[in-house]
Amino acid sequence: MLNKNVTLSLQGCVRGATMCIPVSPGIIALGLVFGTVAAQKGLTFLETIMINSLVFAGASQFVAMEVYSDPLNYALVVAMIGVTAAVNMRMLLIGASLRPWLGQVPAWQTYPSLFLLTDLNWLLALSEYDKGTRDWGIYLGSGLFTWSVWSLSVVPGYFAGSLVSDPKVYGLDVVLPAFFAALLVPLWKGKRQTVSWLFAGGIAALTWYLVGGYWSIFTGAIAGAFAGAYLDD
Amino acid sequence: MTEGAFTADPIFVLAVLGMTAVTYALRAGGYWVMGRLPITPRVRRGLEALPGAIIVSTILPIVLKGGLAVALCLVVAAAAQVTLRKEYVAVFCAAGAAAALRAAGL
Repeated sequence: MLNKNVTLSLQGCVRGATMCIPVSPGIIALGLVFGTVAAQKGLTFLETIMINSLVFAGASQFVAMEVYSDPLNYALVVAMIGVTAAVNMRMLLIGASLRPWLGQVPAWQTYPSLFLLTDLNWLLALSEYDKGTRDWGIYLGSGLFTWSVWSLSVVPGYFAGSLVSDPKVYGLDVVLPAFFAALLVPLWKGKRQTVSWLFAGGIAALTWYLVGGYWSIFTGAIAGAFAGAYLDD
Repeated sequence: MTEGAFTADPIFVLAVLGMTAVTYALRAGGYWVMGRLPITPRVRRGLEALPGAIIVSTILPIVLKGGLAVALCLVVAAAAQVTLRKEYVAVFCAAGAAAALRAAGL
């Protein structure tokens, strides 16, 4: 074993939580926006809290709300679960990359803590590991902190959103696509992304014209992933 | 808000539980599989391309539906993100642009 002595301490947890503070305005703003979107879509307060705190994966919650419509039926439930899986597929990779870090922690501790896995605490934990930190409180503390902030921030957003009668006047209907457009920017690195996105966009647009609905998310995503996989440098 | 704030539609609860289960399976699944299945460079590249492809496929139909005003707002969001690198600022700018465009009658 190359990397022994992985420990867990309260200090590590506190340090992990502290490292999240600079990014917390972003988490809070996003939680507020999700609360607003949920209220606009007509979810009850309890439903909003449930989806936000249990799923705990921002982008997939937003996409699922795009699919959601009232009244809900079983086909839509399957579609909501399907898009959630598609958007969160990256968690397979980030989870896999944590194996060397958390692999020595007892499974009864690791598996519950994986519920808290997000891009943020993954990035923090991995960069700390590279610096030589072996206290996995960094991961746990940052995860717990992020979850708490995320869970609370949805509340004011929900009540503000339910006060607005016409979302279009305040531009609230573009909040969701604008958020996605912003997320796309840091993902662009060069030719590989350009080609992959052109494939994704082309297939998605075609599917949308032919079939409509949300199937374009699946077909476009799969086309883009294949283009990315088979494009050699 | 519909009916009571503290009620939940059973079918919606089902959707939430399904989403929670599938997300947890992905969170824990990659960790579990690692060491058992080697991820080839091709699979890795495909998985890396996935998030961007998902986002493009989600936005494009919204633009096609929403027309010029929505397209302009997304350009504003992307431009704000390029210069400021803050998602929530970009979202705020786009919402502001949308409100202004609607007020102007576009």
